[in-house]
Amino acid sequence: MKQVLILGATSSIARAIASELAREGVSLFLGGRDLAELEHMAADLNIRYGIRAHYGSVDAEDFAAHEDFLENAIRTLGGIDGVVFAIGYLGEQPKESADPVTALKIMNINLSAAISLLAPIANIFEKQGHGLIMGLSSVAGDRARPSNYVYGTAKGGLTLYLDGLRNRLDRQGVKVITLKLGFVDTGMTYGKKGLFLVASPEQVAKSACQTLQKPSGVYYLPRFWRMIMLVIRLIPDSVFKRLNL
Amino acid sequence: MDKFVEKELNGWGRYRGSRSHIYRPEKVNGIAAVVQSRKEGSYIGRGLGRSYGDAALNQGGGVVLTERINRFLSFEPNSGVVSCEAGVTLEEILKVFVPRGWFLPVTPGTKFVTMGGAVACDVHGKNHHRDGSLSNFVLDLKLLLADGQQIRASRDENSDLFWATVGGMGLTGMILSVTLKLRRIETAFIRVNYRRTRNLDETMRLLEEEDQNYNYSVAWVDGQAVGGSLGRSILIRGNHATVDDLSPQQATQPLEFADRRTWTVPPQVPNFVLDRFSIRAFNSLYYRRFRQDPVNSIIDYDRFFYPLDSLLEWNRLYGKRGFIQYQCVFPPDTSRAALVEVLSRLSKEKIPLCLVVLKRFGAETGLLSFPMSGYTLALDMPMLGAPLLSVLHELDQWVIRQGGRVYLAKDSCLSAEAFKEMYPRFGQWQRIKTEMDPQNLFSSDLSRRLRITGVDA
Repeated sequence: MKQVLILGATSSIARAIASELAREGVSLFLGGRDLAELEHMAADLNIRYGIRAHYGSVDAEDFAAHEDFLENAIRTLGGIDGVVFAIGYLGEQPKESADPVTALKIMNINLSAAISLLAPIANIFEKQGHGLIMGLSSVAGDRARPSNYVYGTAKGGLTLYLDGLRNRLDRQGVKVITLKLGFVDTGMTYGKKGLFLVASPEQVAKSACQTLQKPSGVYYLPRFWRMIMLVIRLIPDSVFKRLNL
Repeated sequence: MDKFVEKELNGWGRYRGSRSHIYRPEKVNGIAAVVQSRKEGSYIGRGLGRSYGDAALNQGGGVVLTERINRFLSFEPNSGVVSCEAGVTLEEILKVFVPRGWFLPVTPGTKFVTMGGAVACDVHGKNHHRDGSLSNFVLDLKLLLADGQQIRASRDENSDLFWATVGGMGLTGMILSVTLKLRRIETAFIRVNYRRTRNLDETMRLLEEEDQNYNYSVAWVDGQAVGGSLGRSILIRGNHATVDDLSPQQATQPLEFADRRTWTVPPQVPNFVLDRFSIRAFNSLYYRRFRQDPVNSIIDYDRFFYPLDSLLEWNRLYGKRGFIQYQCVFPPDTSRAALVEVLSRLSKEKIPLCLVVLKRFGAETGLLSFPMSGYTLALDMPMLGAPLLSVLHELDQWVIRQGGRVYLAKDSCLSAEAFKEMYPRFGQWQRIKTEMDPQNLFSSDLSRRLRITGVDA
């Protein structure tokens, strides 16, 4: 990979992934909402790793602006052969399920934005016959819990969408990697109670980049979440609906 | 930006601790967002928590961690001027810039501190006698003020604020970023000279006669020696090695060396691990490692500057009671008598001194900066409770009579009255603080203990 677009670049996991890629000499285009933050990130990557890091403003919910954003990013990079989708929004419980406006916002940011931003890139990758799509999904998408099922629905949808891209594009030489993340120590989880086995963004980013050497597919990060979610998915509905998760 | 974790934090000495709401902004504008929310009565910044006492604690208020605000913002490869956010650590600066031939202009005895913390404490290093403290190399600062303004401060611009902020213990505002001039180096190695001395007079004489030949100079003092041997030391002096100084093997990659293995001290260490006997044995063995004749060697900067950094969490060695580092400075003319008094007094009280370091200082800098021309003595000792504190309070009075002062970054027991006598420029500092932060939005346990700010959180 030579030219990678990172969407949602200012999240701490995306930041750590950007560092891992920059260390390998990859040129980056950082997309996010917070320009001051993007500017600092780009300067840092340039100083530490000597790479060219560009950045531009993209708002996940502003679908109409996505096409221009992508065109500019690809032109600036001089082509594209990788994209990392790291945009995510957890919302606030219990507002996420009680308030339809919040619920739709969660759906738009986590799922619709992925479709809006990744579909054109998938077409480019299909045409050029190579490319990598990495999407950051969540274990929350594996089973809907009462506490955050709207977020879970959006992430579950993202997982399915990435499955679809993979099933369509793998034979065209395009790799699609879905990362199902467990609890990571980010701004999203900081200060929340009841979390366990929390991984650092750096650990997760390292593992995420290791999957680049592996085949297209779905990867749990950290890996033990695969076992945890296996057990959670095996719980029968009759029992699950009585659990307080 | 309203999420926090409520928990107890400690100073590095693990003797002072307090509960507060801990915020951890993730973005450049996050620090301002936390402070501007005014959810807490007061805030204090905290880097890696290496100040020994209560400087980065804020009971019942907000503590703002800078660990994720850690980006390099610019670097001038010709001049070595680097600009970075407050949470960048000295370790990161070394990792990124030593391979390019640049070194920290001033470094304390650990690389596990942030730039924000280092500037707030105006840290000094083994080269203070020549180069002064860190602020001498700070070109400018970006500061978040209590009124929400973000402004630059340097020697030319807002210079009052600059001199109040370097050494100002984080109380003038939140340090957001720092521009620093690095030092050019040819190699990552130090040419070290070790020399053993028999007593305090010889130690002081050699420091005064020979310090000028070395960029870095410090005396490790045998804290257990008494009587005629009082103040016997190992002088540890060094200069940056040139490529010609290196072995042919080292010279092939002069800016690189193998990382040291690190060890981590387990959380529960019984108090007896560092008791009078083990401490005596350690000091005596270390003293005897060196012979009468000077020894020269070439070692990498990590072993020279940061011997304790390979022992992670070494503060746990003191067990649950924690420890105190008492660091004071005396003006040149009173130094000898003062040093004799301090060392013999602590020895008479049978207070075990684990680590004693003596060094000559150069000129004074910031309004509340610790260093001043003279001799500084740093003493590590287990926290032995009230009897130790009463001895230290007596020492404070002795320090004041000699015209000296105690280092706030290390301090955990100074009284408000003693502080004001030690820092004669406090009045000048306070005028700036009152103007910039009349409501003491930036306060800490230390600032309340020393009545720098109001007593209530």
